Amino acid sequence: MKFLSEYRDQKAAVQLAQAIRKRVTRPWTIMEICGGQTHTIVKSGLEDLLPREITLVHGPGCPVCVTPIELIDKAVAIAARPEVIFCSFGDMLRVPGSSKSLFDVKAEGADVRIVYSPLDALKLAKTNPDRQVVFFAVGFETTAPANAMAAWQADHDHVENFFLLISHVLVPPAMEALLSSENCVVQGFLAAGHVCTVMGFEEYVPIAARYKVPIVVTGFEPLDLLEGILMTVTQLEEGRHEVENQYSRAVRREGNRPAQERIAEVFEITPRQWRGLGEIPASGFQLRGRFKKHDANLRFPSSGEPARESPECIAGLILQGIKKPHDCPAFAVKCTPENPLGAPMVSSEGACAAYYHYGRRQTHDVHIELPSPASR
Amino acid sequence: MADGKPTTFTLNCPVPRVADDRIVLAHGGGGRLTHQLIEKIFLPAFSNPALDQRHDGAVLPLDGLTTDSRLAFTTDSFVVRPLIFPGGNIGDLAVNGTVNDLAMCGARPLYLSAGFILEEGLEMETLRTVVKSMQEAAAKAGVKLVTGDTKVVDKGKGDGIFINTSGIGVIEPIADLTDGFERARLQPRHQGPTTTGALAPEGRPAGDAPETGGAPGLAGFARPGIATPQIGPASVQPGDAVIISGDLGRHGIAILSVREGLEFESPILSDTASVWPAVEALLNAGIEIHCLRDLTRGGLATTLNEIAGDRNVCIMLEESLIPVDEVVEGACEILGLDPLYVANEGRFAAFVPETQAAAALDVLKKVEVSQGSVRVGKVDEIPGRTVVLQSRIGGNRVVDMLSGEQLPRIC
Repeated sequence: MKFLSEYRDQKAAVQLAQAIRKRVTRPWTIMEICGGQTHTIVKSGLEDLLPREITLVHGPGCPVCVTPIELIDKAVAIAARPEVIFCSFGDMLRVPGSSKSLFDVKAEGADVRIVYSPLDALKLAKTNPDRQVVFFAVGFETTAPANAMAAWQADHDHVENFFLLISHVLVPPAMEALLSSENCVVQGFLAAGHVCTVMGFEEYVPIAARYKVPIVVTGFEPLDLLEGILMTVTQLEEGRHEVENQYSRAVRREGNRPAQERIAEVFEITPRQWRGLGEIPASGFQLRGRFKKHDANLRFPSSGEPARESPECIAGLILQGIKKPHDCPAFAVKCTPENPLGAPMVSSEGACAAYYHYGRRQTHDVHIELPSPASR
Repeated sequence: MADGKPTTFTLNCPVPRVADDRIVLAHGGGGRLTHQLIEKIFLPAFSNPALDQRHDGAVLPLDGLTTDSRLAFTTDSFVVRPLIFPGGNIGDLAVNGTVNDLAMCGARPLYLSAGFILEEGLEMETLRTVVKSMQEAAAKAGVKLVTGDTKVVDKGKGDGIFINTSGIGVIEPIADLTDGFERARLQPRHQGPTTTGALAPEGRPAGDAPETGGAPGLAGFARPGIATPQIGPASVQPGDAVIISGDLGRHGIAILSVREGLEFESPILSDTASVWPAVEALLNAGIEIHCLRDLTRGGLATTLNEIAGDRNVCIMLEESLIPVDEVVEGACEILGLDPLYVANEGRFAAFVPETQAAAALDVLKKVEVSQGSVRVGKVDEIPGRTVVLQSRIGGNRVVDMLSGEQLPRIC
């Protein structure tokens, strides 16, 4: 298929893998930022093609994983209200809050619906004027323009029963938080291609310079990732630390200006809690000015019940690449995809869920060793 | 008018007009409206000697049934939304689904029952469309609908139409087909609890699984005069080739495209169809079939995981061999779904010995419903209870059982 099969070609993959092998002289740890990239790595078995010197660390770019538990609790509480139609992307429904997930509250009778776009939720608000329609607006810069557009359209069309429960987070502050941690193991980044499609990559230039890390804007297909890894390894081996763009078919240096303008009109920068990582200053968006009337956080005040994380879950350390899922005593014992204690076990993009499936390969003769940081 | 003269009389009769454009509760009340529903809609569509008796149950002839024949019996309920979707509707789905469950036992589908649960307010035209599709699907599959039931539930308590169908089929002996051809010896793979009840998971007859290591000759061999060995997961063994009967994901994506209002350049039609002609061709050709499974809910990945788990084997797949239409693949990419887990309604997997894979493919490709058949993998000894997929770029991954529904991803 156009734009799919040509980026999944085995011959080209083998050539790229050979080029990486030729370049590598010592161990390097590279973090792919985005959960979508983690997903491709797992789905295509890409680590099998890499030399053992390369360790891939899965970054915090999984919106499901980093949405704070307080907000999940709030979403569950709002969804349970009889006047509310609660709309969300599908994979947020299974994320465990302190006591319930959105799926649980749906089973109890709440009107929770999976949508593919915030504009679909806006449509629901227009067709159900007697209900309060709330959209769970999570995600990185990639989903921000669509959410901004929904708020803008609601304001423009005077749709007063439409609200956004916002947990928008930003990639560059999270990278800086990771890099400034003394436990940081990351030596190079594959930046999230779709985030850069919207935002461009100029904001990464000072980060690469300050922390002396190569950053390669990378796409989501297997060949994109292999090429991104090759470009990162080449920089590392040559002692360079620049921002390069592997994903040039989608990303321009300046990004998508009209999308950025809409984001700037609707949102303002705010500190955000990241599940597992804590509060990061200036790391998220919230609605500004006249759009605040669509803020579900303001419309539905909190019940005040404190959130409870599972004390056994070490998701924060995993999201920083410091610990591996196997290091968690609850991993695959108390915490499974059927009964997740933490968010990384929920989404197919989550590192724990990915390792849960891989862990079963320990006895597998197809692969002698686990594709995990510890085994390399 | 009874006398055939045209009338100019336009006043309405003061007696309330009996609703005939929508289902009302009285259609399920057992009275006059129920009878009208049966007379006007069901009997004309499905008429046959057994049904026309209008008895409480169907009394059926089983012509040609010998002591070597066995009966297969299955049931399935259909609750699809929307009721009518590209390529089919709940009616042909309800017939084909049960017909295919019988076919997967190697059984010729003979008789179906149909239980309708209708929601008050359902448009009669919708019911007519569904019944017509059932009639056509039944005729195509060569199966008779011989008994049925109708209930009507209050508006809001149903989803338009729910249908349950049960089916009876016959597994015919293959004595005259297998002379001079020795079947592979089946080794018991594990000694665990086996399905010994009347119904295996998913309502499939469990039958006599060859789990008794002491008597391999009975279950594992076909000898003249001996009934067909059990076609089922218990007969899968290392060395088998895995064949699928066509491309994957059409039904699930056809349904989703309507539910989500997605439009594609070329519309994706459900693959709903009876696969019995394909199974019959395999049986007639004397192919040694170890297992047949339809790839419905949960798709290929779930089916293979069930078999790998039951038999403690490893199923190795090659992604590049698995056919997925490019529109389906594109839709899956957009929705964040994996076509391996998407439902099909006219596809099945066949496990046959490697030596017979080519012959089986030859046979399948000549039958319309399975002309897209392709060998996608094989069964290995280890690691047990695992499905491994070699990706297009040459890496390997475990194809796991889903934990719940496949959910669209955020990005």
